[in-house]
Amino acid sequence: MIRRILTRLSTSILVLWGAVTVSFTALHLTPGNVVDVLIGSNIVTPEVRAQIIADYGLDEPLFVQYATYLGRVLRGDLGRSYQLHEPVASAIGAQLGPSLQLAGASLLVAIVVSTTLAILTARRRPWIRGLSSGLELIGVSIPTFWTAILLLTIFSFQLGWFPAVGADGFAALVLPVIAVALPITTMLTQMMREGLELTLEQPFVLTARTRGMSDLGVRLRHALRHVLVPTVTLIGWLVGLTVGAMVAVEQIFSRQGIGQLTLTAVGGKDLPVVMGVVLLTAVLYVVVNIVIDLLYLLIDPRLRGAT
Amino acid sequence: MRIFAVAFLALITLAAIAPGLLTGSTPDAADALAALQGPSADHLLGTDANGRDVFTRIVYGAAPSLLAGLGATALAVVVGTALGLLAALGGRVVDEIVMRLVEIVLSLPTLLLALLVITVTGPGTVNVIFAIALYTAPSYARLVRAQTMVIRKAGFVEAAVSLGLSRGRIVTRHVLPNAFEPLVVLATIEVGTALVAAASLSYLGLGPQPPAPEWGAMLSAGRDYFSVAWWIAVFPGVAITLTVLSITVVGRRLQRRIA
Repeated sequence: MIRRILTRLSTSILVLWGAVTVSFTALHLTPGNVVDVLIGSNIVTPEVRAQIIADYGLDEPLFVQYATYLGRVLRGDLGRSYQLHEPVASAIGAQLGPSLQLAGASLLVAIVVSTTLAILTARRRPWIRGLSSGLELIGVSIPTFWTAILLLTIFSFQLGWFPAVGADGFAALVLPVIAVALPITTMLTQMMREGLELTLEQPFVLTARTRGMSDLGVRLRHALRHVLVPTVTLIGWLVGLTVGAMVAVEQIFSRQGIGQLTLTAVGGKDLPVVMGVVLLTAVLYVVVNIVIDLLYLLIDPRLRGAT
Repeated sequence: MRIFAVAFLALITLAAIAPGLLTGSTPDAADALAALQGPSADHLLGTDANGRDVFTRIVYGAAPSLLAGLGATALAVVVGTALGLLAALGGRVVDEIVMRLVEIVLSLPTLLLALLVITVTGPGTVNVIFAIALYTAPSYARLVRAQTMVIRKAGFVEAAVSLGLSRGRIVTRHVLPNAFEPLVVLATIEVGTALVAAASLSYLGLGPQPPAPEWGAMLSAGRDYFSVAWWIAVFPGVAITLTVLSITVVGRRLQRRIA
């Protein structure tokens, strides 16, 4: 077990180091002077220019610049956005709340709905499974931004059930959550149902049934636990997808958040902000995967003894 | 289901190659008097804010939309295959370096990576293709590496080596053809993903610039009229979804055949 955690930690550090290096490379591959790249399309005083050169060690050799950059990131200094006139870290911090709310709610909805659907449809009559897998196929094919537009057009503009803009309260969260949760739900349902169907053929399921346990009971108490490990793995992978989906959804519903921040930054060539968001998601990925490793132990006691 | 998928893909391909066969008008023919009209006999799928025919624009939009998805996939397959071969045949150190790189890219969120690339390169079709290829290439590298590792142990490769064939010849004539099938299947499924990614980026205003009739860009242009003219937003989306759906159906069929 300790070895497993150590491997995970070393991989995590590698991923983070990779993300920093990718950002640094992006900065230096951008055509034009690095100072101009950092400033983006803004105009600054010569003092600020001199400050940037000093901050990034731009008059030093490339290797020293890299070390300086790495050191700054390690201290949590993500640089400054010259478009927003504030440090990148605080700009991201200000937008984190609404995005976490959207992402958290979407993941929760996706997990609950897909678990329910998988339990209800696994090894049922052919038409139920056929309908379910047909819907899943559509679910993974629909682009998220289009789902969001459809939901907005139908439920906000045509029916007027939900507000079309903003992030105030529960009602404003419903449509964005559906848009973000739809592809995740379909992928999870698909995988869980396949897992459940394999598990339900195991001998221990028959044993449980002969003890007089109800069908639903077997599914919930015995079969479900067996599909949790691959499910949790998939959720870890889906985090990146969720962050990506949120960029378009936040824009369509005019919500504040990391997605909007990133999009504005891309438009204004505000590289420090985009780099900051990439680093943040890399950290998120690492944290989620460590949590998942610990969850494995909780789900499957057999893994606790294994090294 | 499969027949519909193949038929739809054939139709879209026809639209991409010869759009003039499917529609009589041109995608940029504006008619201010006919702006924002709903679907009718004259305008099958309605008109947009400039009075341009939505159906015609969807037909003409097939080429740029497909091109972005296919182009990104093709580039990713080439780069990924090269990296995969390098990792499998270049010795332990090279393998370690390439596979770590692959792991790092795969762990970063895809769309954000594309956005990072576009911040650096600026918007445009070529840059979108490049950005998508960058983050899809690692999956191909992984697949080709795994395949090559297995194939190089096979008897026929050993035979080729003992016959004194050159390394390059062995790789191109004996190793690659055997890794080809799973590569094609993965690429087929991934074309759909790449297509959606490209459409999303154009929707966000980072792909082809107006008045180009690309599906994602059309949705973006119709953004301000969603509340009054739903057809501008709905039909290009239907085109994207049906295309991706068809590609997925065909791709899964291929996948089951080789499994």
